[in-house]
Amino acid sequence: MYKIAVMGDMDSVLGFKALGLDVCPVATPEEGREALHRMAKENYAIIYMTEQLAAQLPAEIARYKDALTPAIILIPGKEGSLGIGMANVKTAVERAVGADIL
Amino acid sequence: MPSTTINPTRQELTRLKNRLRTSVRGHKLLKDKRDELMKQFMDVVRENRALRKRVEEGLMRAHGSFTVAAALMSPEMLEQSLLYPKQSVELDMTFQNIMSVDVPQYHFKTSSQDPGEVYPYGFAQTSGELDDAVDAMSQVFQDMLRLAEVEKTSQLLAEEIEKTRRRVNALEYVKIPQMQESIKYITMKLDENERANTIRLMKVKDMILKEAIQEKREEDAKAIRTFASGSEAPRQV
Repeated sequence: MYKIAVMGDMDSVLGFKALGLDVCPVATPEEGREALHRMAKENYAIIYMTEQLAAQLPAEIARYKDALTPAIILIPGKEGSLGIGMANVKTAVERAVGADIL
Repeated sequence: MPSTTINPTRQELTRLKNRLRTSVRGHKLLKDKRDELMKQFMDVVRENRALRKRVEEGLMRAHGSFTVAAALMSPEMLEQSLLYPKQSVELDMTFQNIMSVDVPQYHFKTSSQDPGEVYPYGFAQTSGELDDAVDAMSQVFQDMLRLAEVEKTSQLLAEEIEKTRRRVNALEYVKIPQMQESIKYITMKLDENERANTIRLMKVKDMILKEAIQEKREEDAKAIRTFASGSEAPRQV
């Protein structure tokens, strides 16, 4: 059985607790890095991460990009979307096609 | 340009021809794979964009309500209300194979099916905005799971397409021309050797012939001399 986690600052992720997801409030990038590696080793299939946190951990996210699990999915935090999630979709297209054709 | 050192031998030629045949076949297959992957990828990416837009909008709405709720309630109260979730999600993952790329498929099951059951707290001491926030989140949750699946798929496909594209290009623009060049070089070299051999044989034959004629002439001359001077014919000519 796989698990789902939500990472980010306290206020952004607290609400997901009501849905029954594992919530991992993170205050600093170092904490986030540690928690991410720990969860990747455990049975987490999906990790939702706020864009605010993801912006500070680009190397860690790139590391898990080509792995089957976990899927790190960026979601907007409470401050709003930074556009990183959409930019990642664009990057994927550019990587595959060689140019952004959408 | 033929690669640095190739032996212009028949054995090497056969080997190269076999390799070229395999490469051309591989190139064709890889090209087909790339095209099909690309087709799948475009569909996935379109869905990915649409889903992401929807999820981001939904989550922003939820965050909006949540911020208001957080302002109305004390942080301790808020945390306490959400501390023990009623709902739990069980996630199951299977893999689907798209053109030899394993992509995840998630199936999830919530412990309770009733949508009114998501609130893990009593309504008396919490603000109504918190209900809105939780409601908005549970609505967007379906899309979030689908987004996870689609986004991971698109990332994995993108990686595979990149790899395949590189291979196709390497074969098409480097490996196959190189081999064709080498084959041409060996064929030319072998033909050249063949001609050289023929010429050498012709030369040798010429030399031997010339010698034979010379010998014959000398013998003739000797015979004529004996005949002219001679009383007796030689016993044998």
